Amino acid sequence: MSAEIYKKVRANPRFAELEGKRSRFAYLLTAIVMVTYYGMMMLVAFAPDVLRTPISEGGMLTIGVPIGATIIIGSWLLTGWFVSRSNGEFDQINNEIIREASK
Amino acid sequence: MTHRKHLLGAALLALASAGAFAADAVGVAQKQPLNMTAIGMFFVFVVATMGITYWAASRTKSTADFYTAGGGITGFQNGLAIAGDYMSAATLLGLSAMTFSKGLDGFIYAIGFFVGWPVILFLMAERLRNLGKFTFADIASYRLDQGTIRTFAAFGSLTVVCFYLIVQMVGAGQLIKLLFGLDYATAVVVVGILMVIYVTFGGMIATTWVQIIKACLMLFGGTVLLFLSMSEFGFSLETVAKKAVEVHKDGIKIMGPGSLMADPVTAVSLSLGLVFGTAGLPHIMMRFFTVPNAKEARKSVFVASGCIGYFFMVVCALGLIAITIVGTNPDFYEGGNTAGKMIGGGNMPVMHLSKAVGGNLFLGFMSAVAFATILAVVSGLALAGASAIAHDIYARVICKGTASETQEMRVSKIATIGLGVVAVLLGILFEKQNIAFLVGLTFGIAASTNFPILILSMYWKGLTTRGALLGGLAGLISAVTFVVLSKAVWVVVLGNAEAIFPYEQPALFSMPLAFFFTWLFSVTDSSARAKIDKAGFDDQYVRSQTGIGAASASAH
Repeated sequence: MSAEIYKKVRANPRFAELEGKRSRFAYLLTAIVMVTYYGMMMLVAFAPDVLRTPISEGGMLTIGVPIGATIIIGSWLLTGWFVSRSNGEFDQINNEIIREASK
Repeated sequence: MTHRKHLLGAALLALASAGAFAADAVGVAQKQPLNMTAIGMFFVFVVATMGITYWAASRTKSTADFYTAGGGITGFQNGLAIAGDYMSAATLLGLSAMTFSKGLDGFIYAIGFFVGWPVILFLMAERLRNLGKFTFADIASYRLDQGTIRTFAAFGSLTVVCFYLIVQMVGAGQLIKLLFGLDYATAVVVVGILMVIYVTFGGMIATTWVQIIKACLMLFGGTVLLFLSMSEFGFSLETVAKKAVEVHKDGIKIMGPGSLMADPVTAVSLSLGLVFGTAGLPHIMMRFFTVPNAKEARKSVFVASGCIGYFFMVVCALGLIAITIVGTNPDFYEGGNTAGKMIGGGNMPVMHLSKAVGGNLFLGFMSAVAFATILAVVSGLALAGASAIAHDIYARVICKGTASETQEMRVSKIATIGLGVVAVLLGILFEKQNIAFLVGLTFGIAASTNFPILILSMYWKGLTTRGALLGGLAGLISAVTFVVLSKAVWVVVLGNAEAIFPYEQPALFSMPLAFFFTWLFSVTDSSARAKIDKAGFDDQYVRSQTGIGAASASAH
């Protein structure tokens, strides 16, 4: 019974389309997080002075602090974007595909 | 150079688990006088969680209830529970201690612990939920040979669970000796008994609630502590930084990257091990099967990563604050010498800070939270171990799916008790041992054995039974070998002068080996089994993407 449905889903061009869209989105977000994180690690390893720049003239806090916080908060916001798009737009198409296949 | 590596190693240990915290940085902890406030508060926690276990027991009727709470946990609840599983006592103590002594380096380090979560969400959460039922072996063996791959994956889980349990038990003993003033053996036995009670009677429902309560207590305690201590600086982070720079022995250097991260190979290997090791920990993966569908699974990672990210930032801020409040107060140092040894060891700044700004009552509260934390983590581990024994090995491999639910439940409870006994015995046996290597081993094996099989089985059609088995073995053998040749075993345990493998965490080297051999032995595999393996991918793929045929929530 399931095998039949799986076959129908695969034959549905909208499945391939959804799949492409969804994967590209996931890979893009993964790339953003990884590039930012390893980018910061490269700064730490090869240009640590950049992160030692004070935020304000004569201040003690360096830009390393807001950069780090931005990575944490930013990638968390990306998870929020991913969840809202997956649970909304993508799941809607997904449910339509399932409905068509179960007919 | 060696010093730096040692620091990184210590950092990994301190952060990865409570056990490492005690084993590496504190060593064999000094027993402190009985702390009745802390014991009293912990007692309240135990009574409350026992009540929950009693309630959970009445709802734990089937194997699905036992392993995954019947899939009836909401995304929000599961998110809190994941956070509770992931934020160990060592996150609180180790991470703040690192910021306390190294400044910004501690914060940079914390980020490495965080970024794995978004990646788990983008690449794995939904597929894990759609393919898995009870265990990670369900997914690994979905289209591969059940006997071979399920057995291998179950043993992979069990190895990780056992090593991590030892680490947690030893950590619990040392920590409790330090914070509560109880005997080491008493502490280990108490942890073992409570763990077995939660899991055998309350299964995943009780375990989940213990983790949720603990996560809330930890977030609450951290926030209150931050508020109390920031009030002494007029709520200005700039003032905190200015004072810290004035009194810290490294001065302005603490506000920039220091020695900790200067070696990129060590740093990258460590972060790979942590990110992908986390994604390969059986008790973390198991949490994804407790929600009803992929939608809730995604939500749970959003909630979990929000809590974890917030908590890491709070903890780092606490470390920075402690530089001024704890670092200049002779009361917290042996013999009143602030340049000397801190009372209770180097991981205590946040505990001393609790006392300094919140008094004895608040210190008692934070100590109880640390104890509760260990309980939540070991319960998750015991459940993951029991499911590997009862569901994978007993019901699926030995009985080939013919075991009844009652039989499987009985085996899982016996397995939990067995794991409890083993954990207590090994915990006592390892009391005075340096168990630092076990942490490297746990995360190394999880990242190089469990993770490659899991991710390839979900993403790569060409994976075959032979490839998964031999590639998994390659990851296992290389991870173990590298750890044995590293300083933690080769020098510290075996007493050799120089480590052959210069890094603490093997992942950068053992992960590529695992992937390479999995690929090699899969593409050269032309057996009849390989055809079945590949033919199963298309249906698996549709299921992983759409959720059609996925295990559904039982009627709760």
